[in-house]
Order: sequence, then C-alpha cells, then structure tokens
Amino acid sequence: MANNLGLKVKPVTETPVAEVERVAAWINTEEYKEKNFARQALVINPAHACQPLGAELAAHGFEGSLPFVHGSQGCASYYRSTLNRHFREPAPAVSDAMTEDGAVFGGQNNLHEGLENAYKLYKPKMISVFTSCMPEIIGDDLTAFIKNARMKGFVPEGLPIPYANTPSFNGSHIHGYDAMLLAILQTLTAGKKVEGRCTGKLNLLPGFDANTGNIREYKRILEAFGIPYTVLADISEVFDSPNDGTYRPYPGGTKLEDAADSINGKVTLALGTYSTAKTYAWIKDNYSGKLASIPMPFGIAKTDAFLMKLSELTGKPIPASLKEERGRAVDLMTDAHQYIHGKKFAVYGDPDYLLGLVSFLLEVGAKPTHVLCSKGTKKLEKELQALLDSSPFGKEGKVYVNKDLWHLRSLVMTEPVDAIIGDTHGKFAARDAKVPLFRFGFPIFDRVNLHREPLIGYQGVMNMMSTICNKFIDVIDETCEERQFEMMR
Amino acid sequence: MSTEIKTVEGITKESTQAMIDEVLELYPEKGKKKRAAHLAPNDQASGSACVKSNKKTVPGVMSARGCAYAGAKGVVWGPIRDMVHVSHGPVGCGWYSWGTRRNLMSGITGVNSFPMQFTSDFQEKDVVYGGDKKLATLLKEAKDLFPLAKGISVLSECPVGLIGDDINQVAKVAAKELDIPVIPCNCEGFRGVSQSLGHHISNDTIRDYIIETREFPEPIGPYDIALIGEYNIGGDAWSTKPLLEECGFNVKAVWTGDGEMDRIAATHQVKLNVIHCYRSMNYMCKVMEEKYGIPWIELNFFGPTKIRESLRKLAELFDDSIKEKVEAVIAKYDPQMQAIIEEYKPRLDGKKVMLYVGGLRPRHTINAYEDLGMTCVGSGYEFAHTDDYDRTASEMPDATVVYDDASEIEMEHFAHILKPDLIGSGIKEKYLFQKMAIPFRQMHSWDYSGPYHGYKGFPIFARDIDMAVNSPTWKLVDAPF
Repeated sequence: MANNLGLKVKPVTETPVAEVERVAAWINTEEYKEKNFARQALVINPAHACQPLGAELAAHGFEGSLPFVHGSQGCASYYRSTLNRHFREPAPAVSDAMTEDGAVFGGQNNLHEGLENAYKLYKPKMISVFTSCMPEIIGDDLTAFIKNARMKGFVPEGLPIPYANTPSFNGSHIHGYDAMLLAILQTLTAGKKVEGRCTGKLNLLPGFDANTGNIREYKRILEAFGIPYTVLADISEVFDSPNDGTYRPYPGGTKLEDAADSINGKVTLALGTYSTAKTYAWIKDNYSGKLASIPMPFGIAKTDAFLMKLSELTGKPIPASLKEERGRAVDLMTDAHQYIHGKKFAVYGDPDYLLGLVSFLLEVGAKPTHVLCSKGTKKLEKELQALLDSSPFGKEGKVYVNKDLWHLRSLVMTEPVDAIIGDTHGKFAARDAKVPLFRFGFPIFDRVNLHREPLIGYQGVMNMMSTICNKFIDVIDETCEERQFEMMR
Repeated sequence: MSTEIKTVEGITKESTQAMIDEVLELYPEKGKKKRAAHLAPNDQASGSACVKSNKKTVPGVMSARGCAYAGAKGVVWGPIRDMVHVSHGPVGCGWYSWGTRRNLMSGITGVNSFPMQFTSDFQEKDVVYGGDKKLATLLKEAKDLFPLAKGISVLSECPVGLIGDDINQVAKVAAKELDIPVIPCNCEGFRGVSQSLGHHISNDTIRDYIIETREFPEPIGPYDIALIGEYNIGGDAWSTKPLLEECGFNVKAVWTGDGEMDRIAATHQVKLNVIHCYRSMNYMCKVMEEKYGIPWIELNFFGPTKIRESLRKLAELFDDSIKEKVEAVIAKYDPQMQAIIEEYKPRLDGKKVMLYVGGLRPRHTINAYEDLGMTCVGSGYEFAHTDDYDRTASEMPDATVVYDDASEIEMEHFAHILKPDLIGSGIKEKYLFQKMAIPFRQMHSWDYSGPYHGYKGFPIFARDIDMAVNSPTWKLVDAPF
C-alpha cells in the first residue's frame, strides 16, 4: 500500500447526478448561509491582497523609482503580474531572490548583491525597498543592512533608498501602500524643511487607488482651480504611458525634488482616511502648512465637500466650470434616476472605495444592501453603518467586516440584489446570482480600459451613472418578452 | 531525429556571442560572471544543452521566475477540479494565484469543482503561536461546506515552513477524522530556485498520498492510458483527450488539467503514460515506471508536423488496429491543417519569433511556428533543467541564442538586435515589448485564448499568431507628424 494515510483502497466513483443537484441547491439556502457564516478559520475568496502589493504600487508612483522586494522572487513575480494584468502596462520591479540559505543566514548578502545589480542595470533615481514574508519572519534588520550597503559601496551615498516593513500576515495591500509611501516621504524630505519657506503648492494624497483616471481627474480639478500641486504618489503616467515604439521603465511619477519639497507645502490633503492613515499622521507632525483628510470624492456630496475643502484650504473660489460640471452630473442623475432608483446593490472592496461608492448609491436612490469589506476595522464598520443610517435608502443595508466573497455569495443568493459592485473576483458570485457586476475597484483582469475611466468627481458620477443605468437597460432589452421589446427605454 | 541543420541568415555563433557579450557588459563583475553561463549560441548538431540552468536567480535582476508554491498551487495541484486546495499561510499567495493560470474546469463551482481561493489568511498571532490549530479547524470547515470535495490539499507558504508548523501531522489526523484524503504539500516559496521544485514536491506528494488509493471498477484494457502534464490551459485537454480517444485509446486520467482525484489515484492501472509537459511531471512518470512497470512516452501536440510525428510514435507502441486508426486520424486532419497553413503561411512566412516561457513551450512550439513559415531566433526557459535544454538544441536553428532565466534587460537587448516580428512570453514581459511596438502573445496562458494543443488547437494558434503579427494597430505606433 503506497499511500501515507493508511486509508483503504476504494473504487473510483462518480458523484451521482442527484447528489450534485442536491448540493447545488443546498449552497443557495439560508441553512447553508448560517453554516457559511459560522466559519472561524477558513477564508474563501477574500477581497484583499497582502501588504507588499500596495507597497509596490506606492513605489511606482515616484520618478525613477525602482520597487525592490526584499524576499522571495516568487512574491515579486506575483505583485508584478497582478499590476500588469490590471493596468495592461509594464511594472518593472526587482527582488533579491532569497531562498533557503537566506532563511538560515539572513538576507543581507542578497540585499547587497541585489542593490548593486539593480542600481547598475536599471539606473534608478531611487530604490524603494519593501519586504515579503520571509525576511519579516527571520527578523532581517533593513536599517542596518542598507546602512552597510552604502558603507560597502554597493550603492552611491546620495541614492535615496527608502524602505518599509510590509509583512503579508498583517493588514492588507492598503497598509503596505501606506507604509511605503510614508518611508518614501520620510526619506526624501529628511533635512528639507526650511523655516519660512512655502512652495505655495498643495500636496494631494490619493491613497491606494489603481485607477489612473482618478489621478488624472484630481489633477484636472486642481488645474481648473489654478492650484499648484504635487500628487504623492502619482501613478497616472506610470501605468498609462503612450505607445510610441519606445519602452521606458520609468514613464512618469512624482518628481523626487517635488516630493522632497512637499514638506514645505502650503496645504496637504489626503483623500480617504484608511489607505494613508500612518502617512497622514506623520505629515501632521512634520509638514508645514494646513492639512486635512477627507473621504474620497465619490458622488455629488463628497465631491462638493472636496471642492469646498480645496477652496477653504487655498482661499481660491470654486471655478465656474466645475459648478457647471456639477450641474451636468446632477442633470444626468435626475434624467436617469428611474433606472437605478430602489435597485439593490451588494458592494465590496477597500475601505475608502466602499465609503465613496455607498455614498454615491444612496444619493441616487439606490439601496446598498450588502456592504462587505474582507479586511476592515470596527471603526470602518461603524462609519459605514452611520452612512447607511443617514439615508432612508440605507435602511435595509447591512455591513459585513472581515467577511469574504464566499460569504457575499451566500448573501446574494438568500437576499437577492440587482447588481454587485466590486473587482473582477466577484464575477463568480454575480454569475450565480444572475446579476451584473460593475467593476469599480481593483483588480480588474477581465475588462479593458476601466482603470482609465475616472470614478471620482462629477465626471466620475457621470461615468458611474451611465455605466450602471445603461447596463440595466441592456438587461431589459436582452431578457424581455418580444411584445415588451420597444424602441424607447 | 532529423539531422538537418537549420540556419538563419545573418546569425552565426560569432554574431550571437557578440550580442551576449554586449549585454553582459551591463552587469557588475559578479553578476556578469554568474549570468555568462546561462547565455549561449545554440549548437544544433550537439543535441545537448549549451547553457547552465536550474541555478539561483541573481539578486536584483528582473527575473520572470516564480517560486515552489507557484509550481505546486498554480501548476500541479490547482487544476485538480474536485479537490479543495488550501493556500496555507498569508492571504497574498493564494490571491495572486487565483484563476490566473487559466486551467479550465468542468463541474459546478463550489459544489463539485473548486476554482476558488481557500486560505488560512495567516495573521501575526498565527506566526507567533503557530497555525496548526487553525489548520485543523479549517479542514473541518472545508469538509462541512464542500461535502462533495474528493480531497483537500494543504499547500504551505513561506511562513509555515519558517516557523516549523507540522502540517503533515495535522493532515494525517484530519484525514482519519474527516475520512477524505488530506494531502500536506511542503512547497514553501523559499525552497529551491524556481517553480520547478514545487512541481517535484507536488509529484512526490501525489506519489506518497494519492497514487494507488483508488482502483478502476472496470477491467484494465490494452488501450488504457493516462495523459500526464496536460493542464487544460484554455481548454487544451478538451482537445488532446478526444484526439487520443479518436485514435482508439481510453484516456483513464488526465494529470492534472480538469483533473479528478480518484482517476489520478488509480493511474497505476494504466498501460502507458503519455506525457506532454515533461518538466513538471517526468518525476511521476519515472516513479510509475519503476514501481508499476508502466512505460511512458513524451509527445508534442503543437502544430500538425509534431502532432503527426507524435501520434505515429505512440502508435508504434501498440498493435495494428491502433496504427490504422492513427493513420486514419492523420489522414482526416492533414487536409484541414494544410488549409490552415495555406491561409496563414503567406502572411507569416519568413517572420522571426523569440520565445521565453516556462517548462516546455520554448521547444515544443518551435515547430508549430515553422509549420506557419516562421523561424525561431531565440529561446529560453524560466525554470528548465539541463534535460530540457538537451531537448531544445535539436529543435532550435543553429547558432541562435539560448537564454536561461533571462532577465528583462537581456530580453530587451536581444530584441533590439534580433528585431523579432513576434515575442512569445509571459504577462510580465508583454507590455514592455508592446511598448517597443513588437507584437506579442502570452505563451504561458494563450493570451486569454486557446486551446493551442492538438488539431483543434492549431487553427486557433495560427489565427492568434497572425492576428498578433499582422494587426494593423502596429502601423499606428508612429505618428505621421
């Protein structure tokens, strides 16, 4: 007997069709939902990734910055592939390829050799180092290793090498984003604060947002105001570069001198309080100028708040062009509300996105019914609940924190909705529930170009309204009886 | 094997070596020394590897390689459709490998087919106190929620091995308690130098825990075979399995694409193992040969020339009835394939292709391109071993460049000099080369298309290659102003 389990040899069996049918029906029931929600240890289809992925996104957002994974090469491959698939763009990053001997002797040799090779080969202006699981568990001391690397001449003295600890067994991609952004800003701004100097610029922190359209939209709004700005970190060109026959490993990003001088900025504004929490707290203690942290500007009310905050912080009036744009967005909402009013939605994703999307749904009269975050806090739960409670359309809504997309499946099968909003991974639940999935989030692997379409601001409202309402109309056209098929909708 | 020496105009051993020397100059001394052994001009006549392989990746270079976990989860275990595969450790590894290798599956998701992400989502406390208890609970929950799952695999990620958890013991106890196979696979990502060790470790667990635990209820027949190293990328197995059946074989098990645990477990009863992806599963073929006396044969199902050659090679091992059926199959499909070649060859003739993929495609597909009139001017693997490169030498034209674990800067440099009309590689390389206006196909995953295997696959392959190379969009890259 060959097997190590000591199990009896059994005949090859096919599961009877009736049994398959029984279980297929059972997993859609209330009884199954209860069992499913009683889970303590098993996580199925989570809607979050690990810290280093976020760290890599932040690292890409600076000019000439080479993301450097201190850890196993497989991790680096996974982060890069994920970003490649979402943006359909290159994501150049390296790792120092730690293996068994690294586990025994520590990763200093890997890091040193890696820094030397990476600097010579890819000529970065900055190497942004972050960790994956392995060095975190064996306790590698990045501070010492990087100091030694400089001492031994593997990298030039002046090359900025910010580094962040981003253990994958803690938090999610948004926390890794925060940690790396903080490390980069701490490194670049060190010794740059000048008493009495003011750049006159606004620092904008968009947070973990893999929508290059959103970043461009922020910039357009700031330009309409005439507010000089620095986006920290600006991924908009990096992951949306033109094809002119030339490959550029660093096609954009926040200029390093601008990032360094951001400490002398006039104003700092963080959008979303979750994915830049630590960075924001540090900025508060260290930066000059005014500062504020407000929710991401999804929907009309939150965009209004964003524009009023900009005006308040900079003393500049809200431009007439944006007021007109607001009017157009509201016009669309009043014109199209009939297609979305009362429709039930299941929404899942990152905390800052969730708060924005729910707010938008409530203001068009849609009902966010299941609001789910697979990695969230009590604070988020309360904040989302308060948001739902603020509107009659949120009455039936429930918040689920630290639940996954298999929980979501149970929810949409037992308490049906009209549509789901989230990333590509929700397509299985949406198919089973026979409802559309609106891909507003990260990652989007199965549709093209959506990362370029802004969701924030009034333009974002118009995009989301058109996408959602037109899809609902498509569904009617595709499924209605012949006699109900008409010219107008 | 054919002894005809293939040459490419303008490519000599000297020109290729000069190209290699140039790229090595970009490295610091130590890196240069390490990489030099992995780049060389091919010597077709030798039939042996011209480069070193299966060595540690040089730190700090942009390598395409994955890890042992990726080989275990993404390649070997992941495609077995009727089992729950638990990514044991932090959330990321499972999340990144979820649905990204396109090994399609039949069945009903969550009922008798599980293309889902199961993870123990390790937290700091699990790292400090160990994750064994959590694993034991999780296995019960999985059995409870998915009663039709035929088994559970536990694929360990880096932290599990580093903190010294004993998943083998947990699995043993759970298997008894739950009365289903629970297979521990110690495939932590830090082990070995690439995905390849993950394949090996997984094969060992199949040997130790699965094989011989099931038996086919029907009597064993003379044409019972298993198809090994076929992962059903874009539906490949749904092309190759019916093809073998048309030739008169009973394909009793497919490893592991759209795979079924029970059938894999009873493979020790077949008469012959037919292996497609040699790299990932030759270990298992060798085990079954030694242990059960089952012979095995390597086949290549890309493009009509290799399919024809492969089927005849296969028929040689059987009786006349199989030989007749194989000839009938070839006669049936040859004209169809010829029509495909006639359609596409005029547009692809003389075009140059560079390959850089995983375990078998850098040599297996060369002839399929040649069927379409194209020439392969560079080839290499992410995670191959010497025996793979031995098998590559005779397929590749003489003096063309062979690269092992190529870094992106090397690929970029070679592409600048060789000016290929197409690059076939992975997602990480795709957009880089498209920015250089070089047509590209993802040859790990058929770029969201497929199948590419068998007679059903070749027309799709030909269409996709033509679509990539001859898309009018490439002409728009240069602005007229």
